[in-house]
Amino acid sequence: MKGLSRILAILGKEFIQMLRDRLTFGMMVGIPVMQLLLFGYAINTDPRHLPTLVEMGDNGPASRAILQAMETSDYFDLIGTVASGAAVENAMRDGEAVFIVTIPPGFERALARGERPQILLDVDATDPVAAGAGSSAFPTIVQQALAPLLGEMAPPVETIIHRRYNPAGRTALNIVPGLLGIILTMTMAMMTSMALTREAERGTLEALLSTPTRPHEVMIGKITPYVVAGFIQVAIMLAGARFLFSVPFLGSPPAFLIAVSLFILVNLALGFLFSTVARSQMQAMQLTFFAFLPSILLSGFMFPFAAMPHWAQMIGQAIPATHFIRAVRAIMLKGAGLDHVWPQIWPLMIIFAVIATVAMLRYRQTLD
Amino acid sequence: MSEALAIDVSGLSKSFGGTKVVDGFDMQVPPGKIYGFLGPNGSGKTTTIRMMCGLLRPDEGGGTALGLDILRQSREIKARVGYMTQRFSLYGDLTVRENLTFMARLHALPKVRDVVEQALETYDLAPRAKQLAANLSGGWKQRLALAAASLHEPGLLLLDEPTAGVDPKARRDFWDRIRRLARQGVTVLVSTHYMDEAVQCDNITFIAYGRKLIDAPASEIPDRIGLKTIRIEGQGLQPVYDALEHAEGVDQIARFGAALHVSGRDESALDAAIACYRDQDGLTVTTAKTGLEEAFIWLMTGAEDNFR
Ligand SMILES: Nc1ncnc2c1ncn2[C@@H]1O[C@H](COP(=O)(O)OP(=O)(O)OP(=O)(O)O)[C@@H](O)[C@H]1O
Ligand SMILES: [Mg+2]
Repeated sequence: MKGLSRILAILGKEFIQMLRDRLTFGMMVGIPVMQLLLFGYAINTDPRHLPTLVEMGDNGPASRAILQAMETSDYFDLIGTVASGAAVENAMRDGEAVFIVTIPPGFERALARGERPQILLDVDATDPVAAGAGSSAFPTIVQQALAPLLGEMAPPVETIIHRRYNPAGRTALNIVPGLLGIILTMTMAMMTSMALTREAERGTLEALLSTPTRPHEVMIGKITPYVVAGFIQVAIMLAGARFLFSVPFLGSPPAFLIAVSLFILVNLALGFLFSTVARSQMQAMQLTFFAFLPSILLSGFMFPFAAMPHWAQMIGQAIPATHFIRAVRAIMLKGAGLDHVWPQIWPLMIIFAVIATVAMLRYRQTLD
Repeated sequence: MSEALAIDVSGLSKSFGGTKVVDGFDMQVPPGKIYGFLGPNGSGKTTTIRMMCGLLRPDEGGGTALGLDILRQSREIKARVGYMTQRFSLYGDLTVRENLTFMARLHALPKVRDVVEQALETYDLAPRAKQLAANLSGGWKQRLALAAASLHEPGLLLLDEPTAGVDPKARRDFWDRIRRLARQGVTVLVSTHYMDEAVQCDNITFIAYGRKLIDAPASEIPDRIGLKTIRIEGQGLQPVYDALEHAEGVDQIARFGAALHVSGRDESALDAAIACYRDQDGLTVTTAKTGLEEAFIWLMTGAEDNFR
């Protein structure tokens, strides 16, 4: 009986402490709710509605029937047309479309003559999961679209599927650049927020500030080692990608360097922001974890970005990792240069400016 | 005044979340003196010290430390004042030498290595130079903290409860060092809860609820308060305590080791109250000097009545 009352005493105390630590309690409630919403609504492991461009070489009843069938299949979202040649190349490299359908000139006539014309589907195969379902359904969709027009004869067209950037459909190619973004998010934000919180938690900040040291000297001195650590991580991951998984590096190294530096800065600023909120290292870690989950789930790292509902994509746009992962995939796998990844660079700059400003404002308040 | 004051502040006030923690605090400390800073827990000692060394900005009031404006010249003050925090604030995961080197470099001292070796020598820390600060005992930690706070040869040392939780021998050693520094011309402001340390100060400032209650040399304080004390020794004191606790003329009663100290402001009323014990067998009643401790307990009780 005494044992029970002691257990109850400890249990009661533990509950009180748990409820008093509002941040921890918030995490305990917030994380399952967030996971549930993200997995339930935002994440689509059967990717549909992927952006698709059409190169219209011919325009007749058969072509229109095919496009109509693609649209109704739910796999493809026809977002517009594209001119032939370099435009196709660019649209795909910039990530404008996952699929590009090419209906060649003279398609209708060749079809009518039974000449078995070709119809081409270009696929951005960097993410094999995203592109897989649509590509494998494509021949059937085409055939079924034409059946009412031509009757059930031998295949009237030849569907050619052209997987770009990752012809073998290897997931490692897609995952490795994404992992770079995820690992940097996790370690950079967590290490800086913990390092900054540690001084306040252990009381060492007071001795530090009792010397003529200026606040920005503290900041720079404390953050720089983690910048270096970030670049070391990048170097390790790049070497691993190259030698263990044979992930190519096709694009521009300066563009890569710019993207990486910017992304490291963003995450350091995020860690800095967390350190102004958290009162202990434990809380700093929890906050990073809270930011880390959406980075994994909504950034296009684990699940295809294009397949998420619109609102989830909007949230994803605010996540730095989304832009970074896109940029790195384009640079490494598609051979992109700075001009191609500029649409990913400027959002990162804006995110950095916002986070850094908020963090600086909060930091000034906590000094006193 | 021939020499400039080391500390000269007036009207210092500071609030945290709407509560006034320090309220119109004045203090003048002449150079080369050791001033004691006393007051109950939460009375605002640490807050006041932080304002004087430029770590906290007062809401109202101002003044100078070593002739430097505490509002506008906090960086210059930090370069010339040594502050030893109440809570140990050096790095537990750095060694003694690394901690000293770090602090010396933050002060941008020339010849860091020499300064550190000198400090290790002066504070007898050399044998422990390679030990992690976290593994030092309480007394050694305080010694390291004092060494770190005086590396840059400050003209003013602000010591916030430097000897809390330290054994008597280490405390004595610590005070020897403080006096040595004072002889070299360093001004010291030291907060403490120990009476034996308070009496060693040239002057005592007592603060409660953020207000200064008394500011005088230790020897004058009991007289200023005007409290008379009678000491009762002997066997079976508990009934005496119980009887006198609420007796007319007795303002305060406290156990002092094996004796009772009974104090009151009105000498004749106090005498009347204890008269019946003067001739009781086994009890010795003597007139005692009111000590600092009784004086402070008295001040604190009064402060509670006034401010609560
Ligand atoms: N940063 C702060 N935020 C809010 N309240 C504070 C802060 N610093 C101090 N206080 C409050 O101000 C009051 C005075 O605190 P202070 O630390 O100055 O007292 P003290 O005299 O040093 O006490 P002690 O003898 O316990 O060290 C306390 O009630 C404390 O809770
Ligand atoms: Mg204090």
